[in-house]
Amino acid sequence: MLITFAVLLIFQCIGEGLSFVLHLPVPGPVVGMLLLFFALLFSPALLRQLEATATELLRHLSLLFVPAGVGIMVSAGSVQGHWVGVIVAVVVSTVITLMVTAATMRFFISDSARPTKDKTEERQS
Amino acid sequence: MNDLSQFGRIWVYLAGSPLLGLTLTLCAYLVAFWVYTRCRYSPLANPVAITIALITLTLNVTGMNYHDYFSGAQFIHFLLGPATVALAIPMARQLPRVRRSFAPLLAGLFAGSVTAIFSAVTIIVLMGGSYQLAISMGPKSATTPIAMGISEKLGGLPALTAVLVISTGIVGAVLARFIFNWMRIESHLIRGFALGVTSHGIGTARAFQVSPEMGAFSGLGMGLNGVLTAFVAPWLIPIVVRLLES
Repeated sequence: MLITFAVLLIFQCIGEGLSFVLHLPVPGPVVGMLLLFFALLFSPALLRQLEATATELLRHLSLLFVPAGVGIMVSAGSVQGHWVGVIVAVVVSTVITLMVTAATMRFFISDSARPTKDKTEERQS
Repeated sequence: MNDLSQFGRIWVYLAGSPLLGLTLTLCAYLVAFWVYTRCRYSPLANPVAITIALITLTLNVTGMNYHDYFSGAQFIHFLLGPATVALAIPMARQLPRVRRSFAPLLAGLFAGSVTAIFSAVTIIVLMGGSYQLAISMGPKSATTPIAMGISEKLGGLPALTAVLVISTGIVGAVLARFIFNWMRIESHLIRGFALGVTSHGIGTARAFQVSPEMGAFSGLGMGLNGVLTAFVAPWLIPIVVRLLES
């Protein structure tokens, strides 16, 4: 567990550093994620080492969004706006984006790439 | 009366320390997760939305300010960074499938990224929203820090963008299952990736609760769309707005 955290923090530091030095428009943790991804491709041993703790951390990813989410909702009241339009635009645009992305992928998935139908899904997205 | 003022003093004392914010966050989340479990993991009982609602309500009722709350909650907030880095692990695990599905992933990414920006800006302008509102709306499918950066650069309202990003995350996480079922899409690769592209981290959190495989593809979609939006949105948003104005 400690090794996993050390590795994650090291990659986050490298990511934050690169993002800062190169003035990237992408935040440090996302850069760190991409770097770790490439590192894992070269080291399957590291992948096995990190897997258990990472899975546990990601299982409760929802919790980690809460503090920022509360801050945003507390300040939401002070934002002046055009609420009906905003709500309609958010919902409709989100639905259209989900549909277009999924439909495009389905169109491009060749028969060779099509998985032999995912195992029965009791809890689908 | 005496008891009450005693309680008040304890409350004021605790509210000033980080302990209370941290405890409140964890307990509210456990309650929300219990509700989510009782609803048999229905996406309608989204645990992020329920937890945020419970805490916002508690802050309003007790008069605790956000600054005091965050002094405790920041310990949880901090973990978001390492958790984002950790998304690389399930992604690397799914690498053989990523290789085999390179074309559909790339096509889905571009289609989704452009659709998210184009549809949001178009709808809000057609409904009479201002130029500034349209800019704030444009990058809403990217992860919060990226979206806020774009909004600020183009002259939008970063605080409003943050609200829209979180809302997009929750709306996508809640509605995705119904939309995919209706479209008869079963592949966890497509379901996960589309959810990540559209609803960034909150969608990915939901995807991990469905299956690690779906979570991996959602994380991939989130990461790639964050990067792509950072490059595409700054020139696409002004073009769409100008097109609609003429």
